[in-house]
Amino acid sequence: MFQRKWAKHWREESVKAGLFLCATVSVLTTFAIVWILIREAGVFFQDVAVSDFLFGTQWTPLFDPRSFGVLPLVCGTFLIVAGTALIALPAGLATSIYLSEYASSQTRSILKPVLEVLAGIPTVVYGYFALTFVTPLLRAVFPEVQIFNAASASIVVGIMVLPMVASLCDDTLRAVPASLRQGAYAVGATPVEVTLGVVIPSSLSGIMAAFVLALSRAIGETMAVTLAAGATPKMTMDPFVGIQTMTAYIVQVSLGDTPAGGIAYQTIFAVSALLFVITLTMNIFSSHLLRKFREVYE
Amino acid sequence: MNIIAHKKALPEKKLMDSKTMGKELSEKNNTEDIVLQVKDVTISYSGTPAVNNVSLKIPERRITAIIGPSGCGKSTLLRSFNRMNDFVPEATVEGQVLYRDIDLYASNVDPVEVRRKIGMVFQKPNPFPKSIFQNVAWGPLINGLRKDINERVEKSLRAAALWDEVKDRLKDSAMALSGGQQQRLCIARALAMEPEIILMDEPCSALDPVSTTRIEDLMYELKQQYTIVIVTHNMQQASRVSKFTAFFEAGNLVEFGETENIFTHPTNKRTEEYVTGRFG
Amino acid sequence: MISRSLTYRYWFARIFHGFCFVVAWAGVVILGILLFHVTCEGIQWFDLQFLSNFPSRFPEKAGIHSALFGTLWLMGFTALFSVPIGIGSGLYLEEFMHKNRFSRFIDLNISNLAGVPSIVYGMLGLVIFVRWFGLEQSVLAGSMTMSLLILPVIIISTREALRSVPNTIRQAAFALGTTRWQTTYAHVLPAALPGILTGIILALSRAIGETAPLVMIGALTYVAFTPEGPMDDFTALPIQIFNWASRPQQEFHELAAAGILVLLLALLMMNSIAVYIRHKSEKRNP
Repeated sequence: MFQRKWAKHWREESVKAGLFLCATVSVLTTFAIVWILIREAGVFFQDVAVSDFLFGTQWTPLFDPRSFGVLPLVCGTFLIVAGTALIALPAGLATSIYLSEYASSQTRSILKPVLEVLAGIPTVVYGYFALTFVTPLLRAVFPEVQIFNAASASIVVGIMVLPMVASLCDDTLRAVPASLRQGAYAVGATPVEVTLGVVIPSSLSGIMAAFVLALSRAIGETMAVTLAAGATPKMTMDPFVGIQTMTAYIVQVSLGDTPAGGIAYQTIFAVSALLFVITLTMNIFSSHLLRKFREVYE
Repeated sequence: MNIIAHKKALPEKKLMDSKTMGKELSEKNNTEDIVLQVKDVTISYSGTPAVNNVSLKIPERRITAIIGPSGCGKSTLLRSFNRMNDFVPEATVEGQVLYRDIDLYASNVDPVEVRRKIGMVFQKPNPFPKSIFQNVAWGPLINGLRKDINERVEKSLRAAALWDEVKDRLKDSAMALSGGQQQRLCIARALAMEPEIILMDEPCSALDPVSTTRIEDLMYELKQQYTIVIVTHNMQQASRVSKFTAFFEAGNLVEFGETENIFTHPTNKRTEEYVTGRFG
Repeated sequence: MISRSLTYRYWFARIFHGFCFVVAWAGVVILGILLFHVTCEGIQWFDLQFLSNFPSRFPEKAGIHSALFGTLWLMGFTALFSVPIGIGSGLYLEEFMHKNRFSRFIDLNISNLAGVPSIVYGMLGLVIFVRWFGLEQSVLAGSMTMSLLILPVIIISTREALRSVPNTIRQAAFALGTTRWQTTYAHVLPAALPGILTGIILALSRAIGETAPLVMIGALTYVAFTPEGPMDDFTALPIQIFNWASRPQQEFHELAAAGILVLLLALLMMNSIAVYIRHKSEKRNP
């Protein structure tokens, strides 16, 4: 009695095994990424010292005299991210404040889908927009702006990332309990004081998590910067000149005819590895911040 | 039931612990066939015991009620009978839970098979978001009982006193039924599997009084064929329908006996306090 | 005294409200400008000829035919790979796996994968699918790479859809003596299906616009044919757009805009289907 029916049991176990195999794909993907990056970047680092790579300020791997200092690419990426942060973080936060504290449900029902659409527009479209609309606009205002420049790429990446910031911050702000807000109103504070003085400080780690995640996305952004920011790596803080980001460099080599296997080609793996490490660190940091936020409110 | 009046007539008995209680009831229930039994069972959630060293015998084809204040472990014990506690990873079961002579927690016992024989009706009616027919038919069909499925569905709905109300709309969604009808549908669904024992976890607590009465009448009819164990915090319900009652408090079995005795002259002081409404 | 500081506070409150209002609606305005700009630039080239021509050195003769069909082939195979694996993973992780340290590791793993830049997936596809598997620059290599890219998205949305199914349904089914797969297949999966489908459409919407991974695996930009099998070379809409936008001539920029219009239309169609599914499911289960 109550003995296991073996036919049924094996049918169940085989379905379970099939589903398990599906689940392993994602684990294998991570291992594959890590392993390949280590292996291929390892080939590169047999010829170039890690310190030369990480701290060198000349990036000319494709032609002589060859130099493999990655800092110009990192600097270019950083410039873009700084511009993005300037636009997307405050605007995204303000948008989320508007959505959660001020907007009527009717307004929300218009604004939220619009933000979703903005977020869903492919990055190549944003690159096109940067090149054909934003850059001419900037040049009309500041004539010294070059055709390829960091500023218009930053602006466009900022627009791209803004919905993400707004949506994540919106979730965060709504997770703050109403009782907290009501307590603040009860002592006679105006809505903005409640928001700035009570709600935001109590959701700080959630907001930080959103910021970090959005910037990580900006670092990994490829097509918009490739089209708009240029292919000339430099160590500069000037947003009006052309630069090259890590991602744009990888695209440049892939599109070109650098022979595979050579040291010049292997640079894309070294740069990919650096990119991966940076974004992974930021994503983990963001998850950590989000967990800290959730611990308080759930 | 005037407990106080009876109290004067009988001598006071000492408080009994579960072990002594177990011996007592094994003497009392000699004439009854025991279908379900727990021996020194302790069920803990992450180390904290919810059911504490309980021994209990459930007689066949009777209604046994488990009463007690909320949170005293009644539902936890009930769920151990059909291994529904397996779904709570923090729950550990020590001791023996026996169906006749078979240990339900033995390693060669398939819990899926256990649940075919021991059915359950839940506190809040939970029909599937499918048609009335599909609700009743799914269990048997999935378990290979495909022959005469229409007759089986009709038989179960009749046994659950729902057939007349739904026979013309078997294809309608079960979610369109009222609360009481949905609960009877859940009973029909359980009956369709032809179990031997039906466990009911506060089946009427989410229903109105009229539906409650209908289901109590239903229980009375069902007990001719099925063993029913019902957890309830409604004492009047327990005294109305059950033949045997077990009183639980804080995870311990305080007293077990014939319902009439439990409610008119309980041997334990706590039992008396509970059934007279002094607490709980 | 009190009334004056209150006046200042109210003024500050109003200004802040105004600021948030402007910023929030700026998003709508920017979207409008973007769409307007693209339409103005591209509409002149948007005709039947454009859809049926292959790319060419001459703007008047250039068309998006190969890119359009390349994208269709690519999306078809991407869905073929990513949907079963994604739903299967979601089912296993949500319904069959015990919650322990290993499962939390997998959760972390998946959310990290969701944040990996798409160009790293391109590199993965290059090494594994193009080189090791020897698939060269084929539709198969491209779609397998894309599948890995959108897999985390599908897994996450599948799990959320499964989580939203009330547990009472599962308990009721188990109490009848059925196995976990029987319960999941008959009751949980159907209830979660609208959410799962919406997630799939969202994931495919993301895939259709991704350029970087395809560039890395070497999808060609000058392709004058449409694929006829999964091993054929291909190009895709975003690649063609990128190619045209990278050229200095104004006409090619306008062609890029026309290509963008095609892409946006495709996205509009997909999202409308998703909205329709969500609407229908909400009607059934209010």
